[in-house]
Amino acid sequence: MFKFFGTRAGTWTGFAAAALVLFGLAPLVMTGFRLGLLAQFLCYAIVAVGIGLAWGRGGMLTLGQGVFFGMGAYLMAMHLKMADAEFRNGPGAVPDFMELAGIRELPAYWTPFSSAGFTIAAILILPTAFAVLLGLAVFKRRVKGAYFAILSQALAGAFAILLIGQQSLGGFNGLSRFRYFFGYNLDDPVNQQMLYFIVAGVLLVVVAVSLQLRRSRYGELLVAVRDAEERVRFLGYDAANVKVVAYAVAALFASIAGAVFVPIVGIISPASIGIVPSIMFILGVAIGGRASLVGPVVGALAVAWAQTALSEQFPSAWTYAQGLLFILVIALLPGGIASIASVAKRFQTKRTPVEAAA
Amino acid sequence: MSVALTCKNIEVDFDGFKAVAGVDLELARGEVHFLIGPNGAGKTTLVDAITGLAKYSGSVVKDGEELRGKKVHHIARKGIGRTFQTATVFENLTVAQNLDIAAGAGRSPWTLLRRRRHLPQIVVDTMERIGLKDQAETPAGVLAHGQKQWLEIGMLLVGDADVLLLDEPIAGMGHDERETTGLLLHDIAADRAVAVVEHDMDFMRAFASRVTVLHAGAVLASGSVDDVSGDARVQEVYLGTATKEAADAATA
Amino acid sequence: MDLLVGQLFTGLSTGSILLLAALGLSLTFGQMGVINMAHGEFIMAGCYTAYVVQQVVGDAGASLLIALPIGFLVGGVMGLVLEALLIRRLYHRPLDTLLVTFGVGLILQQVARDVFGAPAVNVSVPEALRGGVDLLGVTVPKTRLFIMALAIVAVTAVTLVLRFTPAGRRIRAVVGNRDLAETAGISSRTVDAGTFFIGSGLAGVAGVALTLIGSTSPTTGQSYLVDAFLVVVAGGLGRIKGAVVAAVALGALQAVFETYSTASLAKVGVFIVIVVFLQLRPQGLFTLRTRSLA
Repeated sequence: MFKFFGTRAGTWTGFAAAALVLFGLAPLVMTGFRLGLLAQFLCYAIVAVGIGLAWGRGGMLTLGQGVFFGMGAYLMAMHLKMADAEFRNGPGAVPDFMELAGIRELPAYWTPFSSAGFTIAAILILPTAFAVLLGLAVFKRRVKGAYFAILSQALAGAFAILLIGQQSLGGFNGLSRFRYFFGYNLDDPVNQQMLYFIVAGVLLVVVAVSLQLRRSRYGELLVAVRDAEERVRFLGYDAANVKVVAYAVAALFASIAGAVFVPIVGIISPASIGIVPSIMFILGVAIGGRASLVGPVVGALAVAWAQTALSEQFPSAWTYAQGLLFILVIALLPGGIASIASVAKRFQTKRTPVEAAA
Repeated sequence: MSVALTCKNIEVDFDGFKAVAGVDLELARGEVHFLIGPNGAGKTTLVDAITGLAKYSGSVVKDGEELRGKKVHHIARKGIGRTFQTATVFENLTVAQNLDIAAGAGRSPWTLLRRRRHLPQIVVDTMERIGLKDQAETPAGVLAHGQKQWLEIGMLLVGDADVLLLDEPIAGMGHDERETTGLLLHDIAADRAVAVVEHDMDFMRAFASRVTVLHAGAVLASGSVDDVSGDARVQEVYLGTATKEAADAATA
Repeated sequence: MDLLVGQLFTGLSTGSILLLAALGLSLTFGQMGVINMAHGEFIMAGCYTAYVVQQVVGDAGASLLIALPIGFLVGGVMGLVLEALLIRRLYHRPLDTLLVTFGVGLILQQVARDVFGAPAVNVSVPEALRGGVDLLGVTVPKTRLFIMALAIVAVTAVTLVLRFTPAGRRIRAVVGNRDLAETAGISSRTVDAGTFFIGSGLAGVAGVALTLIGSTSPTTGQSYLVDAFLVVVAGGLGRIKGAVVAAVALGALQAVFETYSTASLAKVGVFIVIVVFLQLRPQGLFTLRTRSLA
């Protein structure tokens, strides 16, 4: 059965089934409220696909994906706030939260975000370019492993603190209360469903891109760099460039996820992108299976669902559960749910090393 | 037989300790050149220096081009390949994937981003040459110890290296595997320069075209197997070690 | 002049706090290569130890003196348990250790929340440490001087232990070459456990000291952890000396940035400086094993 999904026909079947569930079944059986929740979870799943690529395949434990998620989210939120202000008070108007904070003049860096085209370009380019620059700075100097993880985490911390200090970005409260999304009223259930379809479509595209990268020669090279970076260097490759690509793609995915997250959830604040939310992105990926394609998606959805279902009723128990999941999954089942089949097989044959344990 | 690589006055300094102290070395195509010497003689460090891993003073020239100061992957692209004492292959990838990666350092981004349709001919040929044709789809991690070492040599061959620096290529091999490896080395040395860091004297006597003896970071002697075996200083170093080992064994 | 002295002092003070938080890490991470994300929670445990001891003892001065050694024991025992139950099984998977210990940290935070409540608690400062001292024209809080002194004592103690005691020599031997140390008859298991005990104990001591300058909440430790890790990264692997220099430098840097901009920009500034620093001196930040790359 697993062999089948490796073939071309199997791939198409898999995507068709996923599309059927996401576009046909889910809207049919779920209420608008639940569909909105699912849309939010799908945003986390998009981030998870990127982490699966960078961490699972590339060995880069990035504990700072909240930074790129936040960049995409804030860039989109700035545009939505600008559009709302223009809609109410005409061009050049100051967004409502600035009025409350006593900011009369629109800060110069906000101005270009009245353009939808500029905003979308910024969402796609800025975080990716930032990831490339940072990746080059770090990987070219062969900073890796734990050092990279700690740096990425410090980055998330610094970014959240930076945002808290910016009154013109809403400070601690962040940006919220968006009325329109490129002209469509966000209170209208039809438009909310449209947003769900957009994010579901984005997820399928992101998974497809990740699949192509994994199956390509680049994907094999990435695994080679993960397992024996110096060996790759001695074969004549610049291993840093290989890593930068995966890191930048993961950043791009996170940024897009952040951008669609904002109109769906209606708020973005430093609290949802700092150190702890960033490391929480990892949990779903670990549970689902860091090195597998679909595992991170399933894991992210499961964790987000559990969080929503449990955290309000049993906040204390949920935190214990999260901690235990981190401990048990990573220590005992490093390949995640996706590896259960191969772990079972290994018990029978005791031959093949489990790839994800590397 | 043309000279492929010329090292002049190589010095490697580890915080004041000279691991390599002024070594001259020439590697010629068509030769299997053995680097021998006691532990700590600087053999592996010399290989590290040539391949850009260790900083050094002096000069390494390949086909008229100075390599000192170049990055590791640039030196590799100039056709200098190396193996490691512990065979380092990509354990989670198959033999074919290992070789395909090794063959592809010059690939364009466009090629890299597409799926591999066919194995390059050189990969197929090399699998035959290193005797791993039947293991093409086997993950490298489950290969036998000796097979991993052959695979690593194969990775240098497909990568078009014409100076091969092999660090203990027969470590842990049985007798038959050693023979096969020795013949393979001579086969590939036909149009390449091959340097072998080795401790095994029998293997050296059987397969060396030329021998350089290192001791305490310097060249003690260099020449044919017979030249070197007859050298008084070499005997002293090796006999000295041997006597001491015997003494150690006696007291232990 | 006053401004300069003031800044210098703030830098030293921030640095000594960083150093106290990072010293234990530089043992466990630097010397053993283990990334313990629960280290912050060990600090937090030290803070609550000070709180509990004060509830029992009452007198602020006596309770501080009692809490310091107890804090060391509390942190140390927690570290010992963590090492025995989890970290020992994960020595060859440093990144997984990071995530597993993060899970441990989450649980410890929640335990603190369930036992002591989410709101912050305060420990009263002993009479002798209240107020300030005039030093070169600036007023310096006595609590900060105490923390500086404690940092100096802790660094000296660790250095002396590593250098002159048999246990310290064993630790250095295992750090230098695990296999060789084993063949020399040193049990690397015992040494690892011992190193972890000392490193985690230092976190507990840091926690006790930190109650002098701030309130304690379940997330107290977490807020120090990332900075502490940066100190160890910038200082280099296994170098107590490096940690000292890095802590003081980062503390001074933070103080200077904060004077000329805001606290939030200062964090970003410090991060940028560290990334730039890595461009100049990545040495010591990665280990090259030339003979075997596996």
